[in-house]
Amino acid sequence: MRTMDRSTERMPGLALRILPFGRYTRGPGSVVERSMRVHSRTWVIMVSGFAEPVVYLLAFQIGFGALVGQVAGPGGQLVDYVAFVAPALLAASAMNGAIFETTFPVFFKLRYAKVYDAMLATPLGPFDIALGEITWAVIRGGVYSVAFVLVMATMGLVGSPFAVLLVPAALLVSFAFASVGMALSTFLRSPSQFDYIRLVVMPLFLFSATFYPVSVYPDSVQWLVQVSPLYHGVELMRGLAAGVLDVSMIGHVGVLAALAAVGVVATSRRIGALLLG
Amino acid sequence: MARDGEDDEREPHLMVSGKALVKRFGGVAAVAGIDVEVRRGESFGFLGPNGAGKSSTMRMIACVSPRSDGELRVLSMDPETDGPRIRARIGVVPQLDNLDVELTVRQNLQVYGRYFGLSRARVRAKAVELMEFAELSDRADDQVEPLSGGMKRRLTIARSMVNDPELLLLDEPTTGLDPQARHLLWGRLYQLKQQGVTQIITTHDMHEAEQLCDRLVVMDGGQIVAEGSPSELIRRFSTREVLELRFPPGEQDGQLSRVADLAGRHEVLPDRLLLYADDGEATLEAVHARGVRPVSTLIRRSTLEDVFLRLTGRSLVD
Amino acid sequence: MPPVRRSTGTVVPTWRAMWLRVEGHWAWYRRYWRSSLYSSGIEPLLFLAAMGLGFGSQVEAGAATGGHEYLHYVAPALLVAGATMSGMGESSFPVLSGFKWQKDYIAVTATPITPGQLLGGQLMWLAIRLTLSGVIYGLVALTFGAWLRPGAVLVVGVGVITGLACAAPVMALAAATYDEGRRFVVMFRFVMVPMMLFSATFFPIEQIPIELRWLTWISPLWHGNEIARAVALGGADPLAVAGHGGFLLALLAGGVLLAKKLFYRRLVV
Repeated sequence: MRTMDRSTERMPGLALRILPFGRYTRGPGSVVERSMRVHSRTWVIMVSGFAEPVVYLLAFQIGFGALVGQVAGPGGQLVDYVAFVAPALLAASAMNGAIFETTFPVFFKLRYAKVYDAMLATPLGPFDIALGEITWAVIRGGVYSVAFVLVMATMGLVGSPFAVLLVPAALLVSFAFASVGMALSTFLRSPSQFDYIRLVVMPLFLFSATFYPVSVYPDSVQWLVQVSPLYHGVELMRGLAAGVLDVSMIGHVGVLAALAAVGVVATSRRIGALLLG
Repeated sequence: MARDGEDDEREPHLMVSGKALVKRFGGVAAVAGIDVEVRRGESFGFLGPNGAGKSSTMRMIACVSPRSDGELRVLSMDPETDGPRIRARIGVVPQLDNLDVELTVRQNLQVYGRYFGLSRARVRAKAVELMEFAELSDRADDQVEPLSGGMKRRLTIARSMVNDPELLLLDEPTTGLDPQARHLLWGRLYQLKQQGVTQIITTHDMHEAEQLCDRLVVMDGGQIVAEGSPSELIRRFSTREVLELRFPPGEQDGQLSRVADLAGRHEVLPDRLLLYADDGEATLEAVHARGVRPVSTLIRRSTLEDVFLRLTGRSLVD
Repeated sequence: MPPVRRSTGTVVPTWRAMWLRVEGHWAWYRRYWRSSLYSSGIEPLLFLAAMGLGFGSQVEAGAATGGHEYLHYVAPALLVAGATMSGMGESSFPVLSGFKWQKDYIAVTATPITPGQLLGGQLMWLAIRLTLSGVIYGLVALTFGAWLRPGAVLVVGVGVITGLACAAPVMALAAATYDEGRRFVVMFRFVMVPMMLFSATFFPIEQIPIELRWLTWISPLWHGNEIARAVALGGADPLAVAGHGGFLLALLAGGVLLAKKLFYRRLVV
């Protein structure tokens, strides 16, 4: 796709994938981030693609898991804590990566580099740009997801052949968050507003039944957790990893797909309004 | 300084005095042994192309770069040992603005002033005065980031004045500004000179050097190749006038031999031929008399650019 | 003859010079405190809620947690871990920016302030920020019922010391960084995050395989966590606490000396 040409110059993925991204800089963050992307090399991506899941899963296996023992997994069966949390970390990683890729770089290209202005001067339209950028973020996220699933399998954390579906599920999560992230970044005006995105992403990461079953929450707030799109990603992946499939999965997929669609439409409208208005 | 009996450091006659001053980076000498003296109250220039050693010299004078060899006194003190005491009494305008762009105009002045040990009341009052000087009073409480390049430059200069410096170091003060902004700045610098602020200016722009400097040195390759006032230098190293001849592409070389002897000296630039003569009009007539017909001609007065060309064989700005 | 000028500038003593830098940071903070409040103040609390309360609900109090509720076990360590993370974060790109992008360090060292005082001011400001966020965290954690004894107030101090001890070497690294700082991203991923996970923040060191345990022993966060738990939960060996404290102070001193050297090397050339 034509719209991806610019992005391919920048090698992907310096996000802290599993933890939501941070913004450690003051004003010149913009310059920093962009340059980092331009200059980063492939080996960092390769190494960290495998190293991060290993580090986290090891911590959960020997550490958190030993504290908790077994928890109630999909379908009510007891599973080792690390097997419980691994699919959730994969979902979180897909979300964080997608948000990272589509917020800062998009903001930069939109407000500073004026890359999209240039694209719109060609036969490309806002929809092409939106879909192109989002697709690229998803592709990059996909590379990490494959690495993550391989590490999970090696550590014996998948209980069913359905686990191969974790990769497309991760892509769906990426797609949903990439499109929403991109739509949101068209509303940002200054780099300091990125903290607002973190303010949303961090609670999603921590409270979407990622680290403990949703039953821990009082009944009165469980619906709140279910509003979190990440929760649907987590539940979907947990079911697939354990090989426990049920109809609720259609609902999870539906929520994520709807989010993706809304994000794409919103993004193309916003880009159209900002640059063609 | 020991050499000048009457010079005490509180009120030195010589603001800067360097002897055989050297700055090496690794094995490369950026400043290769220069002698320089700047007197109280004058505007002194370093003229030269990029890489001539101007900025390295300025950094040594500003006490942020230790000399590799030679002697240096600033305000009759040694930058090596008295850096903070010297810096307390000078003002520095760096080549690239380093304002805190996330703060307001006023905050930039106040915060900076505090580093010179000024009281809160003093910096408050001084900020108001300096914003007026820099014509930024109406932007006092605006963030710096969105200001224009000229405004930021004026603010940087205003900031350098916050401690009422006796000596002001200006590294390429107007590079990158539009003509209007430059003239405004030149006016401000002239005003400071009237107030008795000694100024040292680096520039690769001959107009700026001619406008601002009482006295200047021409630097090239880390060395001083000439010293004097702008008019002195022009008198000494160039003719009163210059005749510029432009030929169609490719024809310049062929025409050169036909006109070269009409002037005492000539220079060949990629796009034109310069003939140095005291009477440009007469020389042009002589050119025409030989049947040479350039595409265009120009008679102008000699500038420092011509001095530089004469001394180094190169242009100031390529 | 132009009038003779006398400059109003003077040289200020070192401590005051450092404090003036704090004032400078404060001028910025007054405008932008809202955005930084989140990352330094609220985020550790979210972690405490998620891990201390949520995850902790799955953990039986037992030998691994020293017989304490998980919330009580993890609360002091999360304060220290938060201080460590923001200490390292604040000393990476923001410090590099002072040299490279914003260039405020260049501006400041053109005044009577020296590079050493500049570094001191940076550390002083960081200490204030860490104290502030530690106090906010401590107060909110109090409403969660996370503290068992009055000695827990000292955890804020432990967080500040540990944060500074981790920050000083990062400042040194920033002073020696001339590119765009990609190494910081690598550092966050491969040093900071593993350090947070494997420094007995969330689970005791005994669970870490003996062959890998030396990695924990050299982790400053582990030493901080040990002191923090000692003061918050009680029953610690004073000698061990002194040893952990000695490690942190030595790291801090070494980091500051190295950073000072590199600040001069970067700013006085």
